[in-house]
Amino acid sequence: MKIVVAVKSVAALDDEFELSSDASAVDPDYLEWDLNEWDGFSLEAALELREAAGEGEVVALTVGAQDAEEALLNCLAKGADRGVRIWDDALEGADPLAVATVLAAAVEREAPDLVLCGVQSSDAVNGATGIALAGLLDLAHVAVVRSLDYDPATATATVERELEGGLVELLSVRLPALLTIQTGINQPRYATLRAIKQAREKPLAVEDLAALGLSEADLATAAGSRRRALAIPDRGDGAEMLGGSVEQMAERIAELVKERTG
Amino acid sequence: MAGVLVVAEARRGELREVSLELITAARQVKSAAGGRLAVALIDADAPAHAAALAADGVDEVLTVSSPAPHFEAHIAARALSALIEAERPALVLLGHTIDAMGFGPAVAARGRLGFASDVVALDWDDGPLVRRGAYGDKLLDELEFPERACTLLMLRPGSFTPATPAAGTGGAVRAVELPGLLDDARSEHLGFREVQAGDVDITKADFLLSIGRGIADRDNIPRFEELAERLGATLSVSRPIVDAGWMPSARQVGQSGKTVKPRLYLAFGISGAVQHLAGMRTAETIIAVNTDPEAPIFGVAHYGAVADMFELADVLEAKFA
Repeated sequence: MKIVVAVKSVAALDDEFELSSDASAVDPDYLEWDLNEWDGFSLEAALELREAAGEGEVVALTVGAQDAEEALLNCLAKGADRGVRIWDDALEGADPLAVATVLAAAVEREAPDLVLCGVQSSDAVNGATGIALAGLLDLAHVAVVRSLDYDPATATATVERELEGGLVELLSVRLPALLTIQTGINQPRYATLRAIKQAREKPLAVEDLAALGLSEADLATAAGSRRRALAIPDRGDGAEMLGGSVEQMAERIAELVKERTG
Repeated sequence: MAGVLVVAEARRGELREVSLELITAARQVKSAAGGRLAVALIDADAPAHAAALAADGVDEVLTVSSPAPHFEAHIAARALSALIEAERPALVLLGHTIDAMGFGPAVAARGRLGFASDVVALDWDDGPLVRRGAYGDKLLDELEFPERACTLLMLRPGSFTPATPAAGTGGAVRAVELPGLLDDARSEHLGFREVQAGDVDITKADFLLSIGRGIADRDNIPRFEELAERLGATLSVSRPIVDAGWMPSARQVGQSGKTVKPRLYLAFGISGAVQHLAGMRTAETIIAVNTDPEAPIFGVAHYGAVADMFELADVLEAKFA
């Protein structure tokens, strides 16, 4: 069983940050990079399926600059067999449809039985790249999966889709398929120190657009949107911030609690 | 291409509220989009909901009777692609909902449409112009869709005031026949279930003390259980605490958990992810304690304290001795 897990190295904003001078991006000095939280769960799901099957290959695939290499090494340390990182400067700021187009070219070449993606990434929160990828590859797909059982005899995955308000739908889908995985589906493992060292010995291919048979023009055709500006939101009135020492803040909160619940 | 096509939603025989929010958003840009406003519903019982969807400003309701008993992503994708081809709208509006997340991006990618999801504001400037959150809503991205004849947008639920559903039988309703839709189904519905109910109903509590990721360790939970008891509050949690298996899902506030509206919501160590805010923003009074002054929860809270949650909790508990 071959599983491709598409992962993303995500950026978190420092408590204080600045925009670039033309307000088109965040100054990179104020970003911290990490494996997207959702992708830790999709990777774990892939590793568990491979272990249950007793054979197979888990390929971690990402579209990302050099910064993204740590996230990919993290996947290799946890147990992915091989990593593929695709980058080209033209991908800077790519929207979900452009990223899906690049992933589609890479996944097509791998011809996996199953593709797993996180439901969304914590920085962009599009919740779109995985299902866009399924659309481009014409793969059967289920979004927001919170449990996953696989029956190899029928090549059928029985999954739960997490709906709004505590409702869950149980459904089945035959492989090949693409699933987007919700947090909480499993308990992601930690990589041991030894595995972290050994991860550097595992195959990790770095490729550009041309290697996938894509051009900058293809990206422009694929892109679903263009950023006009990045703005700091108007918080409206926002909260009245309590000042002073912790003692003073606690005193005010105690008053409010007594006042509002009395 | 001209006009707006809204894709309404129903589940288990009920029209979903987001459908009426999408109609409000569509009305805002209908004249700029240079055409009519059509509302489509792809559902087994589509005709039953048609009358309610014929709200003010809606020119036509299109019903596609799905051969599947419940939402099926591949049928929805094929039906929407066919509707776009036939109706040729400039703008297609879906909710940023779990169902729509299951087919909207696939339709946009295959159709080479303009696309944005989790949109919170919609405008028109020679084409759609939208705003959406970035970096956990700490920033807003303003997106445009140049050289796209048709753009598909997924709008965040709760961002637009719902239109009043039509009471009468007014408005034109047209049944759209799409033969062979059943052949498009690639998943099989096996059932629905409610995530297990717990010992407590947090939607009934007047005072919720809610903890989030800031709790850091399972061993810290009893401290806040004690604090809640001391203050006379019910303990609720944000999603990461349930994901970690530290508390049952019955205690979860948010989009996939419970929507709560207590008199007082006191949040410790919750940054305020969109999905969490959706479940608690209508509480009468919200007090938030967080170490990050930029945490989005301060945008909806009435009172905020930038402080270490453990230190503040200790001092607060002493005041209720």
